Amino acid sequence: MIDKIVIANRGEIALRILRACWELGIKTVAVHSDVDRDLKHVLLADESVCIGPAASNLSYLNVPALISAAEITDATAIHPGYGFLSENADFAERVEQSGFIFIGPRSETIRMMGDKVEAIKAMKAAGVPCVPGSDGPLGNDDQTNLRLAREIGYPIIIKAAGGGGGRGMREVHSEAHLLNAISLTKSEAKSAFSNDMVYMEKFLENPRHIEFQVLADEHGNAVHLGERDCSMQRRHQKVVEEAPAPGITPEMRARMGKVCADACVRIGYRGAGTFEFLYQDGEFYFIEMNTRIQVEHPVTERVTGIDLVAEQIRIASGMPLSFSQEDIIIRGHAIECRINAEDPRTFMPSPGLVTHYHAPGGAGIRMDSHLYSGYKVPPNYDSLIGKLIAYGNTRESAIARMRTALKEIGIEGIKTNVELQRDIMDDTHFQTGGTNIHYLEKKLGL
Amino acid sequence: MDIRKIKKLIDLIQESDVAEIEISEGEESVRISRASSAYPQQQYFAAPQPAPAAQSTPSFASEAANTATAAAATKSSNEANAVRSPMVGTFYGSPSPDAAAFVEVGQQVSAGDVICIIEAMKMFNQIEADRSGIVKAILVEDGHPVEYDEPLIVIE
Repeated sequence: MIDKIVIANRGEIALRILRACWELGIKTVAVHSDVDRDLKHVLLADESVCIGPAASNLSYLNVPALISAAEITDATAIHPGYGFLSENADFAERVEQSGFIFIGPRSETIRMMGDKVEAIKAMKAAGVPCVPGSDGPLGNDDQTNLRLAREIGYPIIIKAAGGGGGRGMREVHSEAHLLNAISLTKSEAKSAFSNDMVYMEKFLENPRHIEFQVLADEHGNAVHLGERDCSMQRRHQKVVEEAPAPGITPEMRARMGKVCADACVRIGYRGAGTFEFLYQDGEFYFIEMNTRIQVEHPVTERVTGIDLVAEQIRIASGMPLSFSQEDIIIRGHAIECRINAEDPRTFMPSPGLVTHYHAPGGAGIRMDSHLYSGYKVPPNYDSLIGKLIAYGNTRESAIARMRTALKEIGIEGIKTNVELQRDIMDDTHFQTGGTNIHYLEKKLGL
Repeated sequence: MDIRKIKKLIDLIQESDVAEIEISEGEESVRISRASSAYPQQQYFAAPQPAPAAQSTPSFASEAANTATAAAATKSSNEANAVRSPMVGTFYGSPSPDAAAFVEVGQQVSAGDVICIIEAMKMFNQIEADRSGIVKAILVEDGHPVEYDEPLIVIE
């Protein structure tokens, strides 16, 4: 078992990782920027190292500072969490070259999945169904591109190969706009990702976002842990997630789950990962793979009973998975509401002092948050301040418990999206289940 | 079996890692075992000592405030006038183990003079004084780790 872990992240996920380390008897090093000195996990960790000023590029994205911190604390491994450097293949490579364990896949795997064109190629070769598309980068020949789009059929979407997570994309509904859209997306991609490679896909008009969780060890074992429905989104940011996905039958779950687990074995995947699909008219279409632990992992943990972060650490320690596919049984229903420090109407971030914090409780309630009364939410980072997870034997029970918890939760001093989450839980279409990725924006009138 | 033999066996056990010895001589036999005074350390279950702040949540804010004020009290005299570390690494006060230190307490330095080295990832970074003055204190021991913004050397 790994001896000491540097938690290369902040906020709620850093606290989550710290808790998993404690359970496994692993020493913790909290690296933080100077404004994050009072983060809950920093105050709790065995050791802490200030690695830079508030700006992320000088702290949480500062590779030499992170590796240096691991050196001076004599750590064994680095857990990158999500965001920041968690899917940066160069960082993973540097970590391993410096003699530390990177808790995640090998750098070559991260690199392959980070290039969205390569990822689709690899998935197709592994038999994973993909969105009909250009099957490769777009060249500069206008006639070829026009023909491709006609073959796929409008509407189509142009995507940046170096993008992902909703960035670097443009819809095209008719031929007249195609060539312009391609050149615009290329310029934006060049500026945002230093890579102007783009590809084309059919644009699905009413899909749901359904993703599959996988775990794979270094001994050739790969297991899927079922799916999550993350269709409730605003501007490509997930707001509510749930497991299992309403309407997905055990047969569909077993079939798609096996496709994902087999793909993991084929590409030599290691660690926790998520295969993201768009689901429309009964068909699954692969869009991308996330090679890290995800924000919404708790809903999978609740319905399977598996501690995903502890498993990541065990896998990184070289241990085989302690369970097989037959041991994974999906029980009950879990919903997660993301709690953001933001204005409920304008969605502008709302940093500041949390004068009073009261966490909800009771049967089936889990609150993953680094908040405490007197904590100051800094303005320098994203607005996620907590995740409220409700579990019940049925979806109705989970929703009822969530509504209770959202009445109980108290966060004073800053603005939050708790009101919005209450509205969503009260929404009749949400209660029926199966709303698509455009639903929330339509509901908000955006 | 005479008492001297038994005493020798007891000494043997005490000096070694052996937990138990049983010796038979003819029809006589003696068994000597080590009584364990404490349970063996089980690494898997060993939980690291939680920091005092972990004891009860309501004390978080006050605990954080206490740590901050305590640290502030000791730091206040040094903070304003200390050259601070621009990076995470290991502090060295001299260019090599046998060489003389870059600066000593009481020494006059000018802005731009090299006052110490911070080693990070096998690279040695020379740290320069950002002001002129007299070295009042060297706050870090040779070979000790430093974090970003940690006060290193007081120059007044």
